[in-house]
Amino acid sequence: MTVQLPSMSAGVAAVTQVANSTVGLLIMLALAICAPLFLYPVFLAMLLCFMLFACGFNLVFGFANMLSFGHAAFFGWAAYTAGYVLTSLGWPTALGVIAGALAGGAIGLVIGLISIRREGIYFAMITLALAQMMYFIADQSQFTGGENGLQGIPRGELLGLDLSNDLVLYYVVLAVFVAAYAAIARIVRSPFGQILNAIKENEPRALSLGYEAKHFKLLAFTLSAMFAGLAGAMKSVVLGFATLTDVHWATSGVVLLMTLIGGKGTLIGPIVGAIIMVTIDNYIGSAGHLLAGITGLDVFNQLGRSATIVTGVIFIFCVLALRGGIVMNIQAVLNRVSKKRPSTL
Amino acid sequence: MSISEIPFQAIASQLLLGLVNGSFYAILSLGLALIFGLLNVANFAHGAFYMLGAFATWIGATYFGLGYWTMLLFAPAVIGGLGFCIERTMLKPLYKLDHLYGMMLTFGLTLLLEGALRLFYGVSGQPYNVPNALSGGIDLGFMILPKYRAWIVVISVIVCFSTWFAIERTKLGSHLRAAIENPRLVGAFGINVPLMRSLIFSFGAALAAFAGVLAAPVVQISPLMGSTLVIVIFAVVVIGGMGSIIGAIVTGLALGLIEGIARVIYPPGSAMVVYAAMILVLLVKPAGLFGRET
Repeated sequence: MTVQLPSMSAGVAAVTQVANSTVGLLIMLALAICAPLFLYPVFLAMLLCFMLFACGFNLVFGFANMLSFGHAAFFGWAAYTAGYVLTSLGWPTALGVIAGALAGGAIGLVIGLISIRREGIYFAMITLALAQMMYFIADQSQFTGGENGLQGIPRGELLGLDLSNDLVLYYVVLAVFVAAYAAIARIVRSPFGQILNAIKENEPRALSLGYEAKHFKLLAFTLSAMFAGLAGAMKSVVLGFATLTDVHWATSGVVLLMTLIGGKGTLIGPIVGAIIMVTIDNYIGSAGHLLAGITGLDVFNQLGRSATIVTGVIFIFCVLALRGGIVMNIQAVLNRVSKKRPSTL
Repeated sequence: MSISEIPFQAIASQLLLGLVNGSFYAILSLGLALIFGLLNVANFAHGAFYMLGAFATWIGATYFGLGYWTMLLFAPAVIGGLGFCIERTMLKPLYKLDHLYGMMLTFGLTLLLEGALRLFYGVSGQPYNVPNALSGGIDLGFMILPKYRAWIVVISVIVCFSTWFAIERTKLGSHLRAAIENPRLVGAFGINVPLMRSLIFSFGAALAAFAGVLAAPVVQISPLMGSTLVIVIFAVVVIGGMGSIIGAIVTGLALGLIEGIARVIYPPGSAMVVYAAMILVLLVKPAGLFGRET
């Protein structure tokens, strides 16, 4: 054991270094910058919003092991807030997005204050119930547009850049995403992030060391809600609408699945997960038609209508067989490969 | 508008409606609390089992000519069996892990079950008639009491208290309570705790399906009818706490009644009552009304 352990941890460290290294990040950034050459910019901008949503969610789920089932409330209410101040009050786009992020954070603070009184499954159930309450309020309020939601939210402009140009919009959203991602990475690696990790691993011990666990959890939860809010507010600018779907519990489930499938507690896991889930959601219908064309089976034509089933199956599969997420599993495979090599390192 | 201006009949009928909803809350939260107690799983699929119960009733009548009374026994049996299989194949491997995975798995199951029924039947509600023996109402003088609603309340209370009796007053129940308290020790005494877990999950699913059959004639039977309800049930369970079976029953009935009262005083607020009560309880007594401090 003592012989194996160093090589294993060296392997993990090596892979983690590559994944987190500047080179890796630069490659990803280059890909993101070139992506509009191949894909529709509005789709990509929406994808970035969901990536940010998942990264924000991962801050509590992955790094503090608090399963929030209520993140749709922050995402959706931020979308409504941004939509409302941009449409009805005519605020500039930047202010609208900031207002949305702050609204998400504020709701997160209140929901956090109530739900952090319990832990584990109870915490999950309480966040779910409180988010459902926020759903009802959104459903019955005047300013959210009820069943219809808010439509035709103007994109406006930012620092003289015309956001109605899809390409400009994409690069602005990319810039915001990169900044937010850097902030999340900084938070995770900061002393605050270390304390969160300590609480996650052993809460009584962290308490005995003098860290008021509840305060740290609440701060993490509020920050996470704020990032979710930023994502929601940008989403309503990108797509031009905010609807009840954004606040629905299913949205909380989708962001959970994104994080789970990619890899909870890893920085890039939620990004991978968001790409997979948004792609499935958007292309499942055409993929089904394609399969039906190839195989001649009519069943595949129904695939577009069964996105919920596919999501459910992936969920079950992830919980049963892929709990570490894709990123962790790739790392594990790489480790196995590196372990087989003669230990020259 | 003060309460005195509202006709007594309206109040009485809203209270009855509240009691009917409360009956569903009680049956569902009872099953959820049992599963939670022994398996440590916050069973999100509980709403899906309830929905399947109602759908089974409708499918039985539409395709197989099976009546209400047959389905009242048959649907819980089938869905209980389904629950047994789910526990054996999917939940069992998760017990040694973080309990959150159980909730995530049942969430995925809910999406799968709902999605499957949506594919076949869409989201519009299917109607189901009240069985002949229970149609019509009884004139109480001050109001007409619909027989079917009275039946829901009576049978729910009977089922809930029989369950309570079975758990609190029988040999099997004492094993069960012991297994909740300390599964390893009970296992060491030669009691088959894994089988007990499977049976409890199966029984909880059957209870949810039973509530679904009861609800079939009074709701629109739709694939989405369960998931919204299960969130309310989660809140009920948080309010009641996990200390006792009786807690789940009483809290369920009481919240139904309070909702009924809210519908008289301020109708738009009735959907909020359960959540408001949950917030209040969390602030005052975080362990829940009947819960024990841990």
